[in-house]
Amino acid sequence: MLLVTCPHCGARPEIEFRYGGEAHIARPADPSALDDRQWAEFLYFRSNPKGVYAERWNHAHGCGRWFNALRDTASDAFLATYPAGQQRPDLGGGR
Amino acid sequence: MAQPCRLPAGGRIDRAKPLRLRFNGRDIEAYAGDSVAAALLANGVRLVGRSFKYHRPRGILSHGSDEPNALLQVDRGPGRIDPNNRATVVEAADGIAVSSQNHWPSLEHDLGAVNDLLSPVLPAGFYYKTFMWPQSFWQRVYEPKIRAAAGLGVAPHEADADRYVHRHAHCAVLVVGGGPAGLAAALAASDDGARVILADEQPEFGGTLLHDLHATIDGAPAGDWRAQALATLAARANVTLLPRTTAFGYYNHNHIALVERVGDHRARQDDRRPRERLWQVRARQVVLATGAHERPLVFADNDRPGIMLAESVRVFINRYAVAPGRRIVFATSGASAYAAAADAKAAGLDVTLVDIRAEAECGPGPAMLRARGIDVLPAHTIVGSTGRKAVTGLIVAPVDANGIVGPRRTLACDGVGMSGGWTPAVHLFSQSRGKLRYDDAIDAFVPGTPAQAERSAGAARGIYDLAACLADGWAAGGGAARDFAATPSPTGFRPVRALPTDADAKRVKAFVDFQNDVTAKDIALAVREGFESVEHVKRYTTTGMATDQGKTSNMAALGLVAEILDRPVPQVGTTTFRPPYTPVTFGTIVGSARGALFDPIRVAPLHDWAAAHGARFENVGLWRRAWHFPRPGEDMHAAVRRECRAVRESVGIFDASTLGKIEVVGRDAAEFLHRIYINAWLKLEPGRCRYGVMLKEDGFIFDDGVVARMAPDRFHVTTTTGGAARVLAHMEDYLQTEWPDLEVFLTSVSEQWAVIALQGPRARDVLAPLVEGIDLAAASFPHMAVRTGTICGVPTRLFRVSFTGELGYEINVPADYARAVWEALWARGQEFGITPYGTEAMHVLRAERGFIIVGQETDGTVTPDDVGLGGMIARAKADFVGKRSLARPDMLKPDRKQLVGLLADAPDLVLEEGAQIVADPHQPIPMTMLGHVTSSYWSDACGRAIALALVSGGRARMGQTLHVTTPTGFAPARVAAPVFFDPKGERVHG
Amino acid sequence: MRHFSLRTLLTEAANAHQGWARQWRAPEPKPAYDAIIVGGGGHGLATAYYMAQEHGMRNIAVLEKGWIGGGNTGRNTTIIRSNYLYDESAAIYDHAVKLWEGLSQALNYNVMYSARGVLMLAHNQHDVQSFKRHVYANRLNGVDNEWLTPEQAKAFCPPLNISPDIRYPVLGGALQRRGGVARHDAVAWGYARGADALGVDIIQNCEVTGIVRGSDGAVTGVETTKGPIRTPRIGVVAAGHTSVIMAMAGVRMPLESFPLQALVSEPVKPVFPCVLMSNAVHAYISQSDKGELVIGAGTDQYVSYSQQGGLHITTHTLDAICELFPQFSRLRLLRNWGGIVDVTPDRSPIIGRTPVPGLFVNCGWGTGGFKATPGSGHVFAWTVAKGEPHPINAPFTLDRFRTGRLIDEAAAAAVAH
Repeated sequence: MLLVTCPHCGARPEIEFRYGGEAHIARPADPSALDDRQWAEFLYFRSNPKGVYAERWNHAHGCGRWFNALRDTASDAFLATYPAGQQRPDLGGGR
Repeated sequence: MAQPCRLPAGGRIDRAKPLRLRFNGRDIEAYAGDSVAAALLANGVRLVGRSFKYHRPRGILSHGSDEPNALLQVDRGPGRIDPNNRATVVEAADGIAVSSQNHWPSLEHDLGAVNDLLSPVLPAGFYYKTFMWPQSFWQRVYEPKIRAAAGLGVAPHEADADRYVHRHAHCAVLVVGGGPAGLAAALAASDDGARVILADEQPEFGGTLLHDLHATIDGAPAGDWRAQALATLAARANVTLLPRTTAFGYYNHNHIALVERVGDHRARQDDRRPRERLWQVRARQVVLATGAHERPLVFADNDRPGIMLAESVRVFINRYAVAPGRRIVFATSGASAYAAAADAKAAGLDVTLVDIRAEAECGPGPAMLRARGIDVLPAHTIVGSTGRKAVTGLIVAPVDANGIVGPRRTLACDGVGMSGGWTPAVHLFSQSRGKLRYDDAIDAFVPGTPAQAERSAGAARGIYDLAACLADGWAAGGGAARDFAATPSPTGFRPVRALPTDADAKRVKAFVDFQNDVTAKDIALAVREGFESVEHVKRYTTTGMATDQGKTSNMAALGLVAEILDRPVPQVGTTTFRPPYTPVTFGTIVGSARGALFDPIRVAPLHDWAAAHGARFENVGLWRRAWHFPRPGEDMHAAVRRECRAVRESVGIFDASTLGKIEVVGRDAAEFLHRIYINAWLKLEPGRCRYGVMLKEDGFIFDDGVVARMAPDRFHVTTTTGGAARVLAHMEDYLQTEWPDLEVFLTSVSEQWAVIALQGPRARDVLAPLVEGIDLAAASFPHMAVRTGTICGVPTRLFRVSFTGELGYEINVPADYARAVWEALWARGQEFGITPYGTEAMHVLRAERGFIIVGQETDGTVTPDDVGLGGMIARAKADFVGKRSLARPDMLKPDRKQLVGLLADAPDLVLEEGAQIVADPHQPIPMTMLGHVTSSYWSDACGRAIALALVSGGRARMGQTLHVTTPTGFAPARVAAPVFFDPKGERVHG
Repeated sequence: MRHFSLRTLLTEAANAHQGWARQWRAPEPKPAYDAIIVGGGGHGLATAYYMAQEHGMRNIAVLEKGWIGGGNTGRNTTIIRSNYLYDESAAIYDHAVKLWEGLSQALNYNVMYSARGVLMLAHNQHDVQSFKRHVYANRLNGVDNEWLTPEQAKAFCPPLNISPDIRYPVLGGALQRRGGVARHDAVAWGYARGADALGVDIIQNCEVTGIVRGSDGAVTGVETTKGPIRTPRIGVVAAGHTSVIMAMAGVRMPLESFPLQALVSEPVKPVFPCVLMSNAVHAYISQSDKGELVIGAGTDQYVSYSQQGGLHITTHTLDAICELFPQFSRLRLLRNWGGIVDVTPDRSPIIGRTPVPGLFVNCGWGTGGFKATPGSGHVFAWTVAKGEPHPINAPFTLDRFRTGRLIDEAAAAAVAH
């Protein structure tokens, strides 16, 4: 079970959290302007990398807030967590 | 004679506490402190089991959790019988009955031993090459026979009588293993008050110190140092000592799972203690001081009962005061067996030692033993053993530097202690995803770079010398560097794979994996057939796949593969270790999560009233809901008909409290709902309700429900019963992450409001006398309106809504008052024949009116238009969640499945929900299916059976006859509008 | 290829088994192949086998970064069934079952396909409706499936607890008698041996590190840890790592990779006769020929390539197993492991062309790919060989996520509302 650090509450066990998939995929301001392929990209296509991944978590059984995390999907190590709306942190070093 | 092999003195057993257990029906006397293995050996029992494949007689190989052979069924009474227990781990307890496994008719005379004779045709993987003809025979003939032959013990047939508990803990340092390194680590780590947990799988802490009688530490006997260390730790409030506790799983982010054996070692007739306790520890730092496993030697017939690991012989003698034999031959390729031999001699046993190494390689060991009168044969190999159900001799032969084997001789003996060196127990380290590193000097994999906050210490990382172990453990525990003075430990061994032999190695059985009967020639065969990765070898031969998970065999298998391929060991690779380290009882992992605690049962505030009034309940998600209220003599069908009639003709009362409720408040509340639902919300007036449908972004119906506007900035949203949590999560997600600029606050109020649905033509008559502050007149309180006031003096949000098609109200009251209000309505309604109805009648009533249930008419692939709700979509809205998806090509096709009514030609035929629909029942298979029945009931109001269905292009098929599957064939049915009763919807206005 | 039979086994027994040859060669890669399959799991090896066997493509290679069958092929609970709801799914999974039925003979390798029956339990009214929908749809599609009462379910699976007093009583079940299990490793090895005998190069420890494309965008080869290899056609069959491989060609996929766990008990004598699944309580169980209870757990919620999940997932599964079978509470967990499953939005696979000419993909089998192995390989072989989909995999396009023509088996089996 992961240990997830909520930016608002601190480190808590994973069962307090709900996962939300890839982060930084903003809902288009005007979906009707997108063609079907672009809309499908938004809905379904994900980078799914083996390595650092920006992803969404919700502290569902805690403060209830959504936030983002950088996690290495190869090792499951968290590199950073940060409130929703913030830019993806630059960890430097090319990671 | 009782306990003929018990030594007259010594050991850690308590001779003042005799006990008695049974083995295969025979009485076994033992002492407190014995393992079952020690008890059996003390009583001269050597033969304790039969091997998995060849049914060869087997005894006890080791003294610990690495034991592959001595697997017993243990019977502690009814509901407390389980198989495959390692005799070396089970503590002797008064009254338990243990028995051997995998033989017929008896352990001594096992017909399965014929497999040993057939073994030439049963090499590794033989089953992949045969049993293929004729095709049907695999399942009918071959497989049942293989299955019956396989398996070890017999699974219990009764429910478990024991209970298990869970415990969660945090600590600064978790030390796994309480040998010298672990004790030193725990001392160092706890010195400054930090919270430390020390766990060891043995009943006593100390590891090797429990049987190393001559070592000294810092000038004192090691046993005294151990006692002092334990006393220090026990006195520290910040230290938790967990004996009999195995750390079995090392998970992400230093989450460690351990099992503590609480009950089995006690006599427990009246004991309320659990059998086992699962600990889940989150540790800032983990120290793995898990020790090392001794390797057997691989030679012909190395599996006879009485042939053990050398260190285990020493343990049985020193710790349990048991003589595993009177004439013991030690066979070794390394130094540690010399100490065992010396201790055996000191215990009065006749001892010989054979070393594969040349005299010059052996160091001071031979001289030390010879001085004690022990015959030492260096430069000798082992080529076999004699005996059947117990070893009677070890066949040895001189071997020169070139591997040339000289003449054989047999050393008569009744016990053998063998040692092929040591393998660090890196299992937990590997589970933690640390990378292993091969250390050529000790021919073993050792921990490399840790992947988590972890340090390995002592023998677990290949440090075998006592003083070095102590210093290493101390450092791992965070202590400032210090030295320990201790007796030097004889370490070092020559790695050997299969021992040199003069026999035809292709034909002898030199076991590598004892439990799974994998021999050196099986490994060779696998490599010959192209299985070169050690994982392939494992899977093809099954080596390392038995219940001991290869603790004693993995290194030998790996070494053999490397030797055959002539590659360095690391190029062959090592296997990944997976949890658990040793097998863990299912019940321990389950804990108390059984029966009602398996999943919580949710009940509405009126549950007890329903139960008292004869309700039968159904499970809906976690909820237990009143399904129907049969009267004496009524079946479900009759009860539901009566309940429906009452609602249509007079008044019914229903507990709708399970509905999800969300309070949506704030300046932008209307705008928020406008974006979430498909329909329009901005102009809904306070005091009015509207039915809403919401989609997920993919355009498919997600949930529905009535929403009331309580005030310009306040909405009372209802969701489906199952949707409550996910709708709130969905709303929060959009609110927080997509539209953080909206000022809206979402609060779940599902538990706060109980909902009593009062439905039927007399609903107003029942309600009126109890309500204050609300004008119930139809004109001032119309359908789809909401009012606040009081009922029975209790504040209420009174909805005039109907899911039945009748005049009706949904009375929201604070949950604590629900029972009182319900009772008042119940009393007031008696003169109208008020009738409680359950979910089944609710389903019928809404189906008669064609109202959908999300999850029944919809399944995650259904759009609003599919269920005839396309008209609800507010065309003027530029956007709402899911809108764009509705414009995708496939959503616009005319042949989409659409909601229709379905009336079977036979009016009393209630079609099956889930039944499939075709146009032509005579077409060949595979048939073209048009859709399926989603809801189907007998309707008293319609005087016939009715059904709703999703049918391809259904709305264009009105009046067509289609054919519906039944258990006995097809039934014709006519497509109709999905409204069967009161088509204009006039009754709700009554 | 040395024929496997009792006769050759006896011959070799007299010869101390010295005469057995490698089951497949260990070739070094050639500079170029007519086609390359990336991924030496069951699906990839089956693809290569059928390409050689049915489409005459012998100059092809399978590239495996580790050892063949070491991914999900060797990590799954080996359940085989075809009782899927939608026509498209039923067609492909039943295609596979029909191949399973004669696979040992076709490959001359005993893959131990055992049609022990797959029983899926219904625990609430929603399950009942959903399973009957499956039963009827399957029967009209020619796929066997039948509805059992609780008593019939108990008769078929005697260890089952059908007491009405348990947390989720059994209300009935859907039984596919042709469903069952097979020996997962043998499937990989059998296909490898068969493909190798037809000339296919199976190259292990050869990781693809790049996909090379020409000026027209079409693939021209791959970069590997054993050097570059030229080829005009690449079939990617890399299960959990599909996104990683496809990214090398610049193709984004509608996939997420999750850990999926499974476990076995210590072996015991025969105690469980069939395969049993319960969606409502999230558990599935069978007993292997060796005697271990083989139990499937769920996926963790987060994307991961670590092949390791959390204990709470296993715990929930064992809770369910012990609730259904309280007599198994004293059995012991022997091994618990994880695989990486790539999951599509509709839980159905993607098998076919990609936007890159010459690049084909077979992925997205989620938690249930093993059962499809022969059928998947068979139709993908056709697809790669002919450059166009077999009629059975034609609906499983990447394009369906644009049009919305999803094949949503997961939604159709949604849990109770």
